Amino acid sequence: MTILSIFDIGLVVLILAVGAASIAMREAFSAVIGFVVYGLLLSIAWVRLSAVDVALTEAAIGGGMTGMLMLGAVARLRFAKGNDSRTSLPVRLAAGILCALVAAGLAIAVLSPPEVIPTLAPMAMENLPQSGLGNPVAGVLFVYRALDTLLEKVVLILALLGVWSLAPDRMWGGIPGLRVYAQPNSTLTFLAQLLPPVGIVVAVYMCWVGAKEPGGAFQGGTVLAAMWLLVMIAGLTSVPSISQRWLRLLLVAGPMIFLAIGIAGMVLANAFLAYPAGYAKPLIVAVEVALTLSIGVALGLLAAGPPERVQRP
Amino acid sequence: MRLVLDIFTVLAVSAGAFFFLAGTVGLIRFPDALTRLHALTKVDNLGLGLVVLGLLPQANGLFGALKLVTIWLLVQLSGAIVTQLIAGTVRQHGPRE
Repeated sequence: MTILSIFDIGLVVLILAVGAASIAMREAFSAVIGFVVYGLLLSIAWVRLSAVDVALTEAAIGGGMTGMLMLGAVARLRFAKGNDSRTSLPVRLAAGILCALVAAGLAIAVLSPPEVIPTLAPMAMENLPQSGLGNPVAGVLFVYRALDTLLEKVVLILALLGVWSLAPDRMWGGIPGLRVYAQPNSTLTFLAQLLPPVGIVVAVYMCWVGAKEPGGAFQGGTVLAAMWLLVMIAGLTSVPSISQRWLRLLLVAGPMIFLAIGIAGMVLANAFLAYPAGYAKPLIVAVEVALTLSIGVALGLLAAGPPERVQRP
Repeated sequence: MRLVLDIFTVLAVSAGAFFFLAGTVGLIRFPDALTRLHALTKVDNLGLGLVVLGLLPQANGLFGALKLVTIWLLVQLSGAIVTQLIAGTVRQHGPRE
């Protein structure tokens, strides 16, 4: 047994233990912390499977962003303090059984693979040079399965609309209630002044390098969103109201440019979302840049939550 | 030369791992929040610093080495500031429970 396989077994045991612990936790806050640790461990597992793109996304979205959303939910629950009643036993049993069924189905699918594993990987690699991209994951996302990627970004905006819809009518178009838990504090201000320039460079790098190495719009966008949230939480910039025109423009810019290029493809390359020969890479990079901005704004606003204040005239 | 560098890597990373171990023991054994934070920051500074130092000879060219050092600096920054924030909250409100 090599050192690496010992490491892998240890990692799997750790992931299972942290997963079980975060389910078993009684307190919501500890469970969320468990979930974040689980996400980080999972991203190490993806690195071990040589899926660095997935690892980056898991660390950024699965651990970081979702963790922040859940911490926000826990804090809101604490403020609301409403009904503390536990869900009844039959409901919990039903939920447990349904989860177990899904897990069993997945386990059967994973543990009994067919004799010959169907794969499109050789074909994907063979045609990749035509797109001018070096990262096969970017190739799949923007060339082979571009429609999925486009719809995924639209879903993000729909999710944001869902969050905004939680606002009472009179707050519509108001300022998201990003709660600032910490008092304005010189340490936090220092971090919010020092880190964003570094973070923005990292985000630009991730977006740019996505065409030939692991990275891309989602990872870059998450870093941008984190920097924006940091500056807002430290109180260095105010939270914008959701009716601002620039905000909405930035939100839809990514999907709109993607869609426009897709429709132009119908004329220039005879298929929706096809790129004219020779222009694939510049077009894809343009789409990635626009998507990075839109994803950054969308994730930041998702974390900021529904509008809770009306802008004073 | 290669052998010397490899031995250096093994020694430095092992020393780093030792600091992580010590920090973890401190995190579990120390009595209150402030001393536990103290144990954690030592791990960030020294443990990760030694690991990065040990990995420098193995880095992928100058840029790889620069990236490693940058990661260490960023972790130092975030570690120090998050510790300050937690310690400030503990001082103001007292530890939970």
